[in-house]
Amino acid sequence: MKSYPPKFFLRFFRWFCHPEMVAHIEGDMMELYAERLRSTGKRKADIKFILDVVLLCRPGIIRPITLEHNINQYAMVKSYFKVGWRNMLRNKGYSAINISGLAIGMAVALLIGLWVFDELTFNKHFKNYDRIVQVMQHQTYNGEIGTQVSNPAVMAEEIRNVYGSDFKHVLQSSWNFSHILTYGENIFADPGSYFEPGVIDMLSLNIVHGTKDGLKEMNSILLSESVAKKIFGNEDPINKMLRLDNAVDVKVTAVYEDIPQNTSFRELKIIMPWSLYLSQNAWIQKMNDPWDSNFTQTYAQLNENADVEAVSRRIKDVKFNRQQEEDKRYKATVFLHPMGKWHLYSDFKDGINTGGQIDNVWLFSITGIFVLLLACINFMNLSTARSEKRSKEVGIRKSIGSVRSQLILQFFSESILIALLAFVLAIGLGFLALPAFNTVAGKQITIPWNLPVFWLIGLGFTLITGLFAGVYPALFLSSFHPVKVLKGSFKQGRMASLPRQVLVTVQFTISIVLIIGTIIVYKQIQYAQGRPMGYTVDGLVTTDVNPERHKHFEAIRNELKSSNAIVEMAESGSPITDVWNTNGGFDWEGKDPNLAVDFPNNGVTHEYGKTIGWQITAGRDFSRDFASDSSAFILNESAVTFIGLQDPVGKILKWNNRDFTIVGVVNDILVQSPYAPVRPAMWHITDDSENVFIIRLNPDKSAQESMAKVKEVFTKFDTTSPFSSTFVDEEFASKFGNEKRIGTLAAFFAILAVFISCLGLFGLASFVAEQRTKEIGIRKVMGASVRNLWQLLSKDFVILVIISSAMAIVFSYFFFTNWLQSYEYRTSVSWWIFASSAAGALVITLVTVSFQAIKAATSNPINSLRSE
Amino acid sequence: MKKYQLGEFEEIVILTVGVLYKEAYGVSIKKEIEARLSRSVSMGALHTALKRLESKGYIKSFDGEVTEDRAGRPRKYFQITALGKKAMEYSRSTRDELWKSIPKVALDVKMVG
Repeated sequence: MKSYPPKFFLRFFRWFCHPEMVAHIEGDMMELYAERLRSTGKRKADIKFILDVVLLCRPGIIRPITLEHNINQYAMVKSYFKVGWRNMLRNKGYSAINISGLAIGMAVALLIGLWVFDELTFNKHFKNYDRIVQVMQHQTYNGEIGTQVSNPAVMAEEIRNVYGSDFKHVLQSSWNFSHILTYGENIFADPGSYFEPGVIDMLSLNIVHGTKDGLKEMNSILLSESVAKKIFGNEDPINKMLRLDNAVDVKVTAVYEDIPQNTSFRELKIIMPWSLYLSQNAWIQKMNDPWDSNFTQTYAQLNENADVEAVSRRIKDVKFNRQQEEDKRYKATVFLHPMGKWHLYSDFKDGINTGGQIDNVWLFSITGIFVLLLACINFMNLSTARSEKRSKEVGIRKSIGSVRSQLILQFFSESILIALLAFVLAIGLGFLALPAFNTVAGKQITIPWNLPVFWLIGLGFTLITGLFAGVYPALFLSSFHPVKVLKGSFKQGRMASLPRQVLVTVQFTISIVLIIGTIIVYKQIQYAQGRPMGYTVDGLVTTDVNPERHKHFEAIRNELKSSNAIVEMAESGSPITDVWNTNGGFDWEGKDPNLAVDFPNNGVTHEYGKTIGWQITAGRDFSRDFASDSSAFILNESAVTFIGLQDPVGKILKWNNRDFTIVGVVNDILVQSPYAPVRPAMWHITDDSENVFIIRLNPDKSAQESMAKVKEVFTKFDTTSPFSSTFVDEEFASKFGNEKRIGTLAAFFAILAVFISCLGLFGLASFVAEQRTKEIGIRKVMGASVRNLWQLLSKDFVILVIISSAMAIVFSYFFFTNWLQSYEYRTSVSWWIFASSAAGALVITLVTVSFQAIKAATSNPINSLRSE
Repeated sequence: MKKYQLGEFEEIVILTVGVLYKEAYGVSIKKEIEARLSRSVSMGALHTALKRLESKGYIKSFDGEVTEDRAGRPRKYFQITALGKKAMEYSRSTRDELWKSIPKVALDVKMVG
């Protein structure tokens, strides 16, 4: 029996000893040990051995920390890349599939990444981002809590007076809307707001010319750089006089740098002093109860160490405390909405913040990751499928001394090489697709070429993608047993292709879910678009009312009608597609005294109904023949049902304690969300200047011709402002903006997902066909028909796609039924969607696979059997 | 003076390598020193000295045969190089010089005492 020295110490010696010396020193030690074993016995020999090992621990013998080894490693990695590169060139087809698939996936990830970045950095431009808040309120109507940004005009002042210590600024502001600026002969229209002076400091506006105190003078105006340039060109704008809204002369006191696009204040192109707003709207200060009406906004900046939540709690009753007794039932609760949440978390339901745009951010991020995942799966599948080809290489490498970790490193460096090439391609693709993407997403995103962080993240992601795509092939390929591989007895069994089949199934499941999703989103949009509107939308045009136009309403109407350009026109408080005014204070017989109602209540002129073409279902339309119509209501059917009137016509409805007679009932007109039920609404006659004109063009004449006439007549009677108009159908279509955007993007991703999956399938099919060349040849010789062979080669893939379809259908049924629940007016999820998606996927699969299958099946068996 | 660096133990080792001529490898050198000088030599000290001598260019090495006792590890034989010989001669001549320079009286002390 042979004795060995203590293993641990031997190993320890091998570990610490310089690699160049280890062999002969170990030899010497073993020789000595053997000798001592013979002369003194094992125990003493062991002890001496250990002593020797310990005494060998000296500087000349211990390995240096930095070995020359490192240089070898570098050469090795270099050779890995070289071998990888040559491999790539040798298999051009596979490489093209790999790289293009990955590049498309990465380009999608890149675009989505840029989009997500843009969304997440929304408003971050502002220096006081962390401390800017908007003052908002919850109010309870009809038992439901509504949340709004509009506040009474005295809100800021009250908060300043009572809770001032928590705030640096509390600023009242008007809504942001278009204003007419006249400079000499030239007329411009630009959007902007009236603000209290602190806004310059709060939004950290960069004043380019002029003074920071500009807003403190009443008749002043601040222009953004772009507006100043548009109006004044190269002239110095400071102290120039402009006419604002044809009413008042204002002096340009400052010019500020434009506010960037991805902020909530991007439309703030001009700023006017709040004091001017008050002086122009003298009624504000004459209101009996300034807390009764919400028609302005309030922004604030908290003090350095004030906490949003805490201050929110403190100020919650600021309005409630000042309200009149009868209004307290609305339970007004004021709170602060921090700037960080304005854009992404803007939805409220029952007084609780329920998210908003953040849902889309998640949706798209997940989709992006999935598309990238599909591309990674392609890479995995093609690499492992081709493993048999490279098994010899692995065998030889292993037998000449490669250890497994080196092989893993080799395959990783190959996948990283491919990922890097794909990244370069993806940047190119992303750059080309960005303009189209911006149009769809409604953004102005650019690739930040100069930002090191962008490149760092990009390369980091590429590395992760490379590692992720390479991990399975690397582990799989490096596990080959060299003897088996080199002897040629290496055959992958059925189990070897199982992971591949699972991955293909995952790919197709994702693709089919995306197809189904696209169809459902489009179906929902179609459904809502096809919903009966309750009026004739074609040929309806709206334009803004201003005092000048209001004064000449009759003249304009008569001239347009007599010229046959229009059929009818009316003035209205709200556009047809929106509600700008709701009222409470209604009372009727049998009303529950605790019910607080809030109805859309639109003030219109007599011609309104005739213009839009509503249908009277009971009673009559407004008419100039009845002087009493000045205190009359027309209700829609929902309102009649809500109030609970049996025979509504002729009944009295009290509004602010004034009696109004219900003269007619009209069908439900679709006004606001096309996905929600029609709200109970009413209309009354008003003589005041309202907000919009609604014009019905003459259907017998071309719209272009009529519009030219409309414009001509309007500018004839109103020389003070530029004429611009919108078609109501366009306005209505814009309600579908968000859904359309999701639909377009979903379609885009679905197509890419299917494309990438098919690319992978194509590669796999060609590989299988190539692998089975001999088999096919023999089968052909034995008499198999092309059809037989085609079936043979396609069958496997078809089964996989059928499994995927089943999984995708189950998943998407639950997911999309749930998604549709968020719409009250929704389409049904019908079976044909699933059937057609599955069938579509199957057809695409067959086409992809058949190309290779038929090519293989029609090839001459002589060629395939003669080789070798 | 600085021309040929040779430490005391190094000198013993290189002399032993010379004594063993073609049979000089780790274990034999160790045994030879232990036998002739009656002092124990550790593997660590020996191999450090050998490595230093080799890196100074005084000895060179080549791989030899594999024996069963060595568990498949080759012997590494050492040989004195020309430079090594010069270094040894230099070292010896400096000592001789010193010996010669010692006055006889100086060495007589003991005999008297």
